[in-house]
Amino acid sequence: MNPQVRPALIAFLALSVLTGVAYPLVLGGLAWMAFPDQAAGSLLRKDGRVVGSRLIGQGFTGPGDFWGRPSATVGPDAGPLPYDAANSGGSGLSPGNPGLRRAVEARVAALRLADPEQPGPIPVDLITASGSGLDPHISPDAARYQVHRVARARGLREAQVQALVRRETEGPQLGILGDARVNVLELNLALDAIQGK
Amino acid sequence: MASRDLAQYALFLILVALATVPVGRYLERVFTGDAGLLERALGPLERRIYRLMGVDPRAGMGWKEQAWAFILAGLAGTAGLFALLLVQRWLPGPPSGNYLATPMTWDLALNTAVSFATGTTWQAYSGETTLRHAVQMVGMVTQGFLAGGTGLALGMACIRGFASRKETPELGNFWSDLVRGVLYLLLPLALLLALALVGQGTVMCFRDHLALTPLRGGSQLLALGPAAALEAIKNLGTNGGGFFAANGAHPLANPTPLTNFLGMLAIVVVPAGLTHTFGRMTRRRDAGWVLFAVMTLLFTLGLGGLHLAETARSAALPAAIASGPNLEGKEVRFGLAQTVLAGVATSNGACGSSAAQPGSFSPLGGGVLLFNMLLGEVAYGGLGTGLVGMLMAAVIAVFLGGLMIGRSPEYLGKAVRAKEVRLAIGYALIMPFTVLVLAAVAVSTGAGRAGLSSNPGTRQFTEVVFAYASCAANNGQAMAGLSANSPFWNLTTALAMLLGRFGTATLAFALAGALSCQRRRPRSAGSMPVGSPLFGGLLFFTVIVVTGLSFLPVLVLGPVAECLSMK
Repeated sequence: MNPQVRPALIAFLALSVLTGVAYPLVLGGLAWMAFPDQAAGSLLRKDGRVVGSRLIGQGFTGPGDFWGRPSATVGPDAGPLPYDAANSGGSGLSPGNPGLRRAVEARVAALRLADPEQPGPIPVDLITASGSGLDPHISPDAARYQVHRVARARGLREAQVQALVRRETEGPQLGILGDARVNVLELNLALDAIQGK
Repeated sequence: MASRDLAQYALFLILVALATVPVGRYLERVFTGDAGLLERALGPLERRIYRLMGVDPRAGMGWKEQAWAFILAGLAGTAGLFALLLVQRWLPGPPSGNYLATPMTWDLALNTAVSFATGTTWQAYSGETTLRHAVQMVGMVTQGFLAGGTGLALGMACIRGFASRKETPELGNFWSDLVRGVLYLLLPLALLLALALVGQGTVMCFRDHLALTPLRGGSQLLALGPAAALEAIKNLGTNGGGFFAANGAHPLANPTPLTNFLGMLAIVVVPAGLTHTFGRMTRRRDAGWVLFAVMTLLFTLGLGGLHLAETARSAALPAAIASGPNLEGKEVRFGLAQTVLAGVATSNGACGSSAAQPGSFSPLGGGVLLFNMLLGEVAYGGLGTGLVGMLMAAVIAVFLGGLMIGRSPEYLGKAVRAKEVRLAIGYALIMPFTVLVLAAVAVSTGAGRAGLSSNPGTRQFTEVVFAYASCAANNGQAMAGLSANSPFWNLTTALAMLLGRFGTATLAFALAGALSCQRRRPRSAGSMPVGSPLFGGLLFFTVIVVTGLSFLPVLVLGPVAECLSMK
């Protein structure tokens, strides 16, 4: 037998115990002590009930809610199931795919229909599906685009909603990394809160 | 906007450059001496592992023993993971069996086992619909350390071959390099990085999928699990296979721009530091810096190319909308800069952990990723393997340079004779041979074309080449237009991974062994100036030309043709 066989098998077994069992368990323990909320999936509660994860988007469709990005996730029956957090993924459609162009045109039409009085250009993130299908954020532009519709449906002043969007906008991290963004679920929760819902 | 993008790229490159000397110095200490405090703490464990293995860590191993050790460690990992995947349905623990919708067929299990044991981590499955948490940990996380550690050991053996002063066939002890690399580098760094990720929001728990009622009613099934453990080592070990299907784009895996930035640093910093380890151990730091500079140039060009390609206006977007990059397949929190950074770091870094869906990138953007992988991932590259690829190119470069000026080629006092050149050329040919032959088979058979579904024309060709390039380069990222979970795709991609891992490594060990057996000649006026910018230029063009000529036809038929057809 090749003299390297035994060390190879032992290396595999030793690493399985050390890095496959000990490391994740120690990490899990430390994570649970230091960051219990994050380790458990950043769950958000309202009136004691879990209503989602801060990091996972939800498919809002009502006129009084801010909407997130289109989601291309697929359900267990292989049909579309937006924001399926048990089967993440993007569309995989290339920019030249006619299917993508049709999908984008349909999204543009739906947004125009939802608020015919909003003439402004539609921000790109509102008409393109994210890579994970679970993107919890939209750009500040995409939030501002929806202010008119949301304010009217809720009977709020636009300035009030505008101010809330500003409050909920996160800048680039450490002032430099990534882009400014608004968490859609948290923004809608904040809207509910100011109306006492 | 654009200036902040530039600032993020610059910050990244500056941090990599600043880390290179301390990391390179620490690596030299880990592999040639004393790892300091960590060694005090973990030394007894290290010695215990050697006793179990039955090896003497000070006994040198020749290139054949090294190659056998490398291959057998990979095969042990493959066999162990294959067995684990086949029995996982009957294992206890979350997630519940009814959530595991993807059947673990034998071909998918084999593909996945080869994929993780070779550090490719091509994933023809979706993590959250296929694997138990126990398998993610004992299976995938372990392979992350094992494949990363053996790659690093390969890199150290090659450095010793170039650095030996006396004639010796020995390239150090493979098992000692593997164990020390894991104990004193990968494990502590992974623990720190994973904790930082959890602090930012990466999920790290052991519970089942959570069924919840969203804010406005309905239902949402939330996949959770010990993701941070895998997310940290997938980047540090340059493996790339993520916990969730969406990998680095998933908000519970890569929740903030900072986690993305740290992950990309984790991919690049150790391979970049190895160039300095090389410089120190060969006592030619200038030669190490030339390798670093060429890598940095290739990396920077990739950043520029991908940034420009993805900023360009997309044909899919009607004129009614605001200008901006095509965000199909991208995440808002990362914006363009972090997406581009992740694309370039992962496609150069043998690490498939992209923060977006490459399948929705523009033709030329996808082409940049493809080109990086076809170059053999030498811009910092995979852990250990990136430096090896660049040294192979350096051997070819001194050979070409020697022919041009009529001087017998040598690199750092080691003659580059017919034998060394044959090995280096063989190494360079594995990639084109594997990718071009398999791609030709796939596009000309029904079983191959059956995987192509959604996208039109030339894009499908790019998807095929991308898949085999990704597997042969042990990268693992995929364009999602290809449905790769079929016996044809599972078996042919596994073949590409095996050739790309063990074929290249065997030739690299052989070359290191051949060089190690040569006495190192002192520097003289006749030595080639391999520490000079001139040699850096020659090396750069060697990398580009050797690759460019092999792959120009497929790049024209794929990304370039698609780009032209969209105008």
